[in-house]
Amino acid sequence: MTLLIAMSLNILPLANIAKSLNPDWVLLVLIYWTLAVPERVGVFNAWVLGIFVDVLTGRILGMHGLIYALINYTCLKFHRRLRHYPILQQALFVFFCLLVSQVLVFWIENIQGTTGLTWVFWLPVLTGTLCWPFIYAGLRWIRLLGRMD
Amino acid sequence: MDNTRSILAVLMYPIQLAVSFPVEMAEQAYDAVVSYDELKKENTRLKKKQLVDSIKLLKFEALENENIRLRGLLENSFKLGEQVLVAELLSVNLVPYEHVMVVNKGSRFGVHEKQSVLDANGIVGQVIRSLPLSSEVMLITDPNHAIPVQVNRNGLRTIAIGSGQLDRLNLPFLPNNADIVPGDLLVTSGLGGTFPQGYPVAIVDNFTAQPNKPFANIYATPKAKLDRIRELLVVWSDSTPVPLTTPEKNNTQNENE
Repeated sequence: MTLLIAMSLNILPLANIAKSLNPDWVLLVLIYWTLAVPERVGVFNAWVLGIFVDVLTGRILGMHGLIYALINYTCLKFHRRLRHYPILQQALFVFFCLLVSQVLVFWIENIQGTTGLTWVFWLPVLTGTLCWPFIYAGLRWIRLLGRMD
Repeated sequence: MDNTRSILAVLMYPIQLAVSFPVEMAEQAYDAVVSYDELKKENTRLKKKQLVDSIKLLKFEALENENIRLRGLLENSFKLGEQVLVAELLSVNLVPYEHVMVVNKGSRFGVHEKQSVLDANGIVGQVIRSLPLSSEVMLITDPNHAIPVQVNRNGLRTIAIGSGQLDRLNLPFLPNNADIVPGDLLVTSGLGGTFPQGYPVAIVDNFTAQPNKPFANIYATPKAKLDRIRELLVVWSDSTPVPLTTPEKNNTQNENE
């Protein structure tokens, strides 16, 4: 459910400046759920989710699939350690995840021949990192709420 | 692969609709509370405009007939008018670094790739992917888009390339001595076969000769209101020639809606 909301946030129509600041919400939410319930979010799920995002945003099929699967794998690998990190250190890790994903997007788009990507292209990495504490708190609240029922 | 994408796209369509919904609701709400006075004013304005346009159209019809006759004299075939379909924009934003929009008519309405898309003022772009319920339209200002144009005043042909900004096209392939001045209207040249000939594209607004370089620096502003459009026309340019014996054109501008 939260992933659906994140998907819609991804394509939210925003004004010009906000548009280039809009981070990859789906990836952020995916990272959270991977850290929180690693036994339920596998690499395959991440890949399928990525395919959906590709279709939704009209990218080449499999681009986000690859990226999400890779990052999901990294998170699964380190989730024990990451869970005990303070929020700032986590944010640092999320920063690198987003950076890797954006670098991959950059490469794949360039192979396809997209030109004219400016420095603005990298801003979502920063904004995504800044959003992380809020996403963490919000999704944690949702998760605990779900557990109480 | 395209089939897979089509199926998945149908699944994802509700999300796009859901995102687009609040914006549309807001607009409808705004429409509902427009004052009577404003509507009255708009009505009179539109009536006047309609009168002027219909007079122009009368003349245009006569000219078109004359054109067909002249082409007949030259033993040339006349091209049919285009068929259009009105499509509405969904308020979604796919990726920030591309100028691609989603419209609510897809292959179920016969929309296919490489169709040109217009608004009331000029060329908007072309369909780059048609999905069952929606299709993706690339604007002429996308950095990956190029459109063959010619200067309406003297027929000078060139290519206009998107700049990544909604209000600017670049014309990078004209020499410093090219006969082009700010204010010139650029229309589609019809070369390349994607866009029908003779639709307005942009107006040149800056010409800077670069003496140390082979090409001049030329910018143009698109005629279409790319940042404000809600409704678009998807065009089928029908290239089957009309037989010269029956110069009828009752199937021009035949709207599907």
